[in-house]
Amino acid sequence: MNSRDKIFYFLYLHRTGLTVLMLTMVLAIYPLLYGNPYILGLTNLIGIYTIVVLGLNLFIGYAGQISLGHAAFFALGAYGSALMTTEWGFWPWPSIVLVALGTAMIALLVGIPALRLHGHYLAMATLGFNIVIYTVLVQWDELTGGPSGFAGIPSLSIGSWQFDSDLKLHYLVWAAALICLTLGLNLVRSGVGRGLAALAGDEIAARSLGVDTRTAKVKVFVLSAVLASLAGSLYAHTFGFVSPDTFGIFASVDFVTMVVVGGLGSVWGSLFGAALLTWLPEFIDLFEAYKEIIHGLLLVVVLLYLPQGLVTGLVDLARVRLARRRHRRA
Amino acid sequence: MLDVTSLCRNFGGLPALSEVSFSLQRGRVTALIGPNGAGKTTMINCITGADLPDAGRVDFAGEEITGLPAYRVARLGIARTFQNLRLFPRLSVIDNVLCGLTVHGGKSMLGALLRPPSVRNRERRLHLKAMAALDRFGLTELADWPVGVLAYGDRKRVELARAVVSDPSLILLDEPVAGLNHEETMAVGNEIRALRAQGYTLLLVEHDMDLVMGVSDHVVVLDGGRCIASGTPDEVRQNPLVLEAYLGRTSATA
Ligand SMILES: Nc1ncnc2c1ncn2[C@@H]1O[C@H](COP(=O)(O)OP(=O)(O)OP(=O)(O)O)[C@@H](O)[C@H]1O
Ligand SMILES: [Mg+2]
Repeated sequence: MNSRDKIFYFLYLHRTGLTVLMLTMVLAIYPLLYGNPYILGLTNLIGIYTIVVLGLNLFIGYAGQISLGHAAFFALGAYGSALMTTEWGFWPWPSIVLVALGTAMIALLVGIPALRLHGHYLAMATLGFNIVIYTVLVQWDELTGGPSGFAGIPSLSIGSWQFDSDLKLHYLVWAAALICLTLGLNLVRSGVGRGLAALAGDEIAARSLGVDTRTAKVKVFVLSAVLASLAGSLYAHTFGFVSPDTFGIFASVDFVTMVVVGGLGSVWGSLFGAALLTWLPEFIDLFEAYKEIIHGLLLVVVLLYLPQGLVTGLVDLARVRLARRRHRRA
Repeated sequence: MLDVTSLCRNFGGLPALSEVSFSLQRGRVTALIGPNGAGKTTMINCITGADLPDAGRVDFAGEEITGLPAYRVARLGIARTFQNLRLFPRLSVIDNVLCGLTVHGGKSMLGALLRPPSVRNRERRLHLKAMAALDRFGLTELADWPVGVLAYGDRKRVELARAVVSDPSLILLDEPVAGLNHEETMAVGNEIRALRAQGYTLLLVEHDMDLVMGVSDHVVVLDGGRCIASGTPDEVRQNPLVLEAYLGRTSATA
């Protein structure tokens, strides 16, 4: 190997770590140069959605399942944190953890029976769960504030340092998102992650290799619910206000669209999908007005032409290209 | 090593296996042969937990494993291949083979998420093991290829590598050379001999009689779900019942 090959090999070997590092630096520096609060508010939302979409992508893209109910777990996190900190006077940080644990229990109770189902039936079951949670949020107004929502959620703080400006929140949200992305990258490069990919590829083969497919599905479902719950808590403390509209079934469908458009089974695709579908409407007025239609169209077009989603689809193509080229050279 | 006793499996009243018994000897290659529809694949499925027998029992290394779920059978060290290839087409060759190491991987989701040094080291060990398996089956060059784009013969080898990589104590091969050309068949034959020489125990389901006669120590013949003969390759070859099962079937369909 000459020195140039060595450098490339080093880059290749540490590509995941280096990408995380680069993204961290960009995220650390750009708000200092370009601290437009409107943009920061938007990117903070992207960071929060990235966490939800990452969890959902592990469940849909990696493990090959489907959920049309993840906005419900997002809601449990948001309303959980809101209630605990305002109504019951709990400290914000521990309540985030407690709420996540509670959401994990609920996901377990929903997941064990629901994950015996496949395909459309699983989609319907999770959709049903979302409708139940949404209805509770709207109807139980003494507790949740009903359709008009719930305001006055305190911001998070460390000591006397309050996360109360868009800039400070930027660092909080993206630190959380980067940690979650790193955990996700760790997971998919491990035996447990390969087990999930195996079960998505062929359940019978996965079982014959020693993957306890039923438990694996429940575990990744709970993990994705916990991520959604954490993102929900973060949402509540970032915007200080929650209302049911954010957590309806259309939000669940949006999350799935972000997963699919970004890339099924791609951790980075989660970031990309969340960013693309949150940015676009802000820039194209038409998009805002016809959001649902355009989301639907985007979903159909991507599924038709790049069924693995943009990032994964392109990466797959590149992988075959690269493999071919290396093969020719060898 | 493995004892199958009076195993029965019916599909909608039609017996695919009736009262089949045989044993596999440690370190030996046993062939399971029989005409199409004889019940060979059903037998492998019932042993590995991919299917549930209606009656009878299966013992492995002195322990009853009848009806155990497939993933637990796999964790006991029984690996298999599938007649119609069950690879993970979107994963690369190396990742497919790494999936074969599930039984040696960590099961903790928390460990996988946090990736402490212990997990990192284990991953590195598994990776080396998988690379060695690729090397053994001449797949090193294809390591990064998605399996879905490979030629059929290469895929067959990937599945073999995936079954062997975990050092299982028993390997069940369901028609490993079906669809391969002469050269590839010879290579698989040599591989089976090499595995035997290393002390692996194998059950070989195969229609290619040259291969079966060339590599097996013991042959079990099924026909219509019944065990009609068993013995050394020579004994089986001369058994009139076996000739009739094969020839009778041929003349009936001809
Ligand atoms: N899932 C199933 N449902 C119903 N019938 C089945 C099922 N699996 C197998 N059979 C039937 O059981 C019998 C044995 O099938 P099996 O696949 O075990 O045969 P085989 O010996 O592997 O044949 P081949 O050499 O063609 O692979 C056949 O008659 C088949 O049609
Ligand atoms: Mg068969």
